[in-house]
Amino acid sequence: MYNKLIFEKSVAGANKRKLFNCDEKTVPEKYARKAKLNLPDVSEVDLVRHYQELARKAHGVANGFYPLGSCTMKYNPIINEEIASIENFRNIHPLQSQSDMQGSMEVMYKLKEALCEVTGMYDMTLQPSAGAHGELTSLMMIKQFHESNGEGYRNKVFIPDSAHGTNPASAAMVGYEVVEIPSTDGGFVDVKKLEELADEKTAALMLTNPNTLGIFERDIVKIAEIIHKAGGKLYYDGANMNAIMGYVRPGDMGFDVMHLNLHKTFSTPHGGGGPGSGPVGCTQELAPFLPNPSIKKNGEMYEFEDSDDSIGKVKSFYGNFLVNLRAYTYILSLGGKGLKEASENAVLNANYMKARLKEYYEMQSDGYCMHEFVMSASKIKDETGISALDIAKSMLDAKIHPPTMYFPLIVKEALMVEPTETESKKTLDYACDVLIDSAKLAYKDPEALHNAPSTTPVKRLDEVGAARNPILKYTEE
Amino acid sequence: MTSYVPNTDETRKQMMDVIGIKDTEELFCGVPGAVRLKRGINLADGKSEIEIRNIMRSLAAKNRTYKSCFLGAGVYNHYIPSVVMDVASTQEFLTAYTPYQAEISQGVLQAIFEYQTYICALTGMAASNASVYDGATALAEACMMTRTNNRKKVLISKGVNPEYIKVMDTWSRYAGLEMELVDIENYRTNPEDLKNKLNDNIAGVAIQSPNFFGTIEEMDEFEKIVHENKSLFIAVVNPISLAVLKSPGEYNADIAVGEGQSLGNSMANGGPYLGFMASTEKLIRKLPGRIAGQTTDSEGKRGFVLTLQAREQHIRREKASSNICSNQALNALTAAAYLGAMGETGLKQAALKSMENARYLQKKMNEIEGVETYQKDIFNEFVVKIPCFIGDLDKKLKENDILGGLYLGENMHLLAVTELNTAEDIDEFVQIVREVSAHV
Repeated sequence: MYNKLIFEKSVAGANKRKLFNCDEKTVPEKYARKAKLNLPDVSEVDLVRHYQELARKAHGVANGFYPLGSCTMKYNPIINEEIASIENFRNIHPLQSQSDMQGSMEVMYKLKEALCEVTGMYDMTLQPSAGAHGELTSLMMIKQFHESNGEGYRNKVFIPDSAHGTNPASAAMVGYEVVEIPSTDGGFVDVKKLEELADEKTAALMLTNPNTLGIFERDIVKIAEIIHKAGGKLYYDGANMNAIMGYVRPGDMGFDVMHLNLHKTFSTPHGGGGPGSGPVGCTQELAPFLPNPSIKKNGEMYEFEDSDDSIGKVKSFYGNFLVNLRAYTYILSLGGKGLKEASENAVLNANYMKARLKEYYEMQSDGYCMHEFVMSASKIKDETGISALDIAKSMLDAKIHPPTMYFPLIVKEALMVEPTETESKKTLDYACDVLIDSAKLAYKDPEALHNAPSTTPVKRLDEVGAARNPILKYTEE
Repeated sequence: MTSYVPNTDETRKQMMDVIGIKDTEELFCGVPGAVRLKRGINLADGKSEIEIRNIMRSLAAKNRTYKSCFLGAGVYNHYIPSVVMDVASTQEFLTAYTPYQAEISQGVLQAIFEYQTYICALTGMAASNASVYDGATALAEACMMTRTNNRKKVLISKGVNPEYIKVMDTWSRYAGLEMELVDIENYRTNPEDLKNKLNDNIAGVAIQSPNFFGTIEEMDEFEKIVHENKSLFIAVVNPISLAVLKSPGEYNADIAVGEGQSLGNSMANGGPYLGFMASTEKLIRKLPGRIAGQTTDSEGKRGFVLTLQAREQHIRREKASSNICSNQALNALTAAAYLGAMGETGLKQAALKSMENARYLQKKMNEIEGVETYQKDIFNEFVVKIPCFIGDLDKKLKENDILGGLYLGENMHLLAVTELNTAEDIDEFVQIVREVSAHV
């Protein structure tokens, strides 16, 4: 019964869900399905137990600490779920008249306004479904902007070597040439190099700030000046927005267009890999190019509006509405001061862990970090053979989700730690103790670490074999 | 004000002592003063949970829901078993992220693996990914999959959902993949127009069945035309219909995509939904996004991992098959739980009842003088001409708490039904149409 796929639990006739009496002859022979459907036949109780069993083999923020760098795995407030389950939000058809959805439209409008205030942007779309989708949308807007200025020849996008993989992938999708900008020893953008490279072909620079090392780009004003002088646009990857709310805004730093990850900074649940929401904000200059439709307020009524200059639609309808609704609930709950308090404590928690761990792991930045930090297990690896992967796997036995591993790519044996503000000192101390114990164990009993994890439902899995001989679905034997 | 920060002044002070600071302001010294936001965020103070409930409920009250629904056009009001909502709100699934750490994420990975199996079962295809954003982006990603060095254009039937065409139009303008539309005639894709537009630059052809207007298309015929031209055939399908209608696998489609909302996801004012994507064996390595695969652990026990990652952005960067990272995992889980709860018999009942209801409604419409319908082979949706002022019909429907179909202009309406429309609902709707059209 256990460790089986739902398909292996199937017994013909077990599912007794009876809804209607139907006649299969309704379907004209010519169009009728002949192939077997192969859905499992399980009773409701077995289905419930199946998913409970799977839940026991999963780990969410609700189960334990989840310091997965770059992903901002903060607590997902339960009230957000309650609000998103309200019938009058859930059961609205997207093609109902605008007068039927004024409540939803008010949420969209007010969320947009709030996000513009937090980011210092002029206008915003809530359409993109995730960060990468927001990047793609932004780059289309930048391309449209250049083309509308008769500068369609601009084809270079500068991306630091520490950037998320989505940045170059998104740039490539709109046909831009990716030019990698090296980082300095301190992990900053090499401004000199950027200055050399920026020319009349410059379309944009994509920047995450604080960057993926958890450091604020101190030369941001200079960087903005270089890109703008070359006629390019400055794109802000909002993955790390949780570090800076109420302290500094992308708009004030000189960014022209940006995305946010509501599933990171604004507490909406990650859902095992989605749905997210990746709103895109921009300056007044770029606003005409935002996707259609945009939402406006006209007197007391909210209205959708299309613009001729718009890049068009990037997704059906108005975005992941129920995700946006959760984010709006969160913003109302915290308010302006609460958002700043969140960033303040996210940064405090990260620096506390960094301070406690710096004797045991090599920190990749001097001084204070922002909301996350990158440490290397390089020295441990050289001296004991124990890698960042082994350290990460040992954390699984302590019921902690490991940090992001081997990213950014510029750091060897990287572990990227982002505790978020919703963790207590007790939790941080527990995680630090686990990491310190592992670092010590590497010297005393490396074999124990090689064999970790030992308490999880499975041991280390053969990933190479999985890719070499892909089995992507269950097939009855 | 609500706060989710668990630390107290006391624990914060202890932490600051370890760091060696007096004030958290010191931690922000790396942010240049010139760009600092000195005034703070100009938003109202936070609210209590009691206040939040009141505010959000009164906002919800400004939306209107209806007793019965005749609106579809790609988003459908299907029955959702109670157990599906319960599974989708399980905290372990809700609050996890992409299962990068396989050993601690077997539950999520197995759920994705099972979702992929369900999608392959429905579509009859060899492989499925773990979902993309929605039906529209699924089509756009599918079009991108067909592109080769020699073929850089796709043909899309005007019978495809116009929302999808609009999204594909945006993608095509920026992604270097040209697109042209194929005409429809009497709400069917015109095979002659397709033949005329095919040439050796056409990478792929996308046809939807049942199409946007509800007609079941001649997919067998189109498959032959498309493959003769050595282009790839993309089938855009309604997953519920696949319980009873021929699957893309049966008519040799190369890629099957569609909107997965109908599979247990609520209409949600437009999202989140999920786009499903399935392909032949040959195209597996061109699929975008996450894919779960089966493997074994160091002791030989079956387990699951994210696989074929060499396609993806975090490995391949600018050479990836797509930039997608986050997908719609929770909606995919919902779809899987739905298919598990419904099973073959349940899904067939939903599909057949929807189909029977549509035929009944179409027959009743035909009986009204002046009202015309045009299609013979429909699934759960069809076009009807109702000669009346749209305002009159709208008003009367609203008074009776009925959500009407999609207005297509010139007295044309697209009506959809599901298994949730009762015979009484349908008769009431028909009666209103009869009254309103008689007044013209």
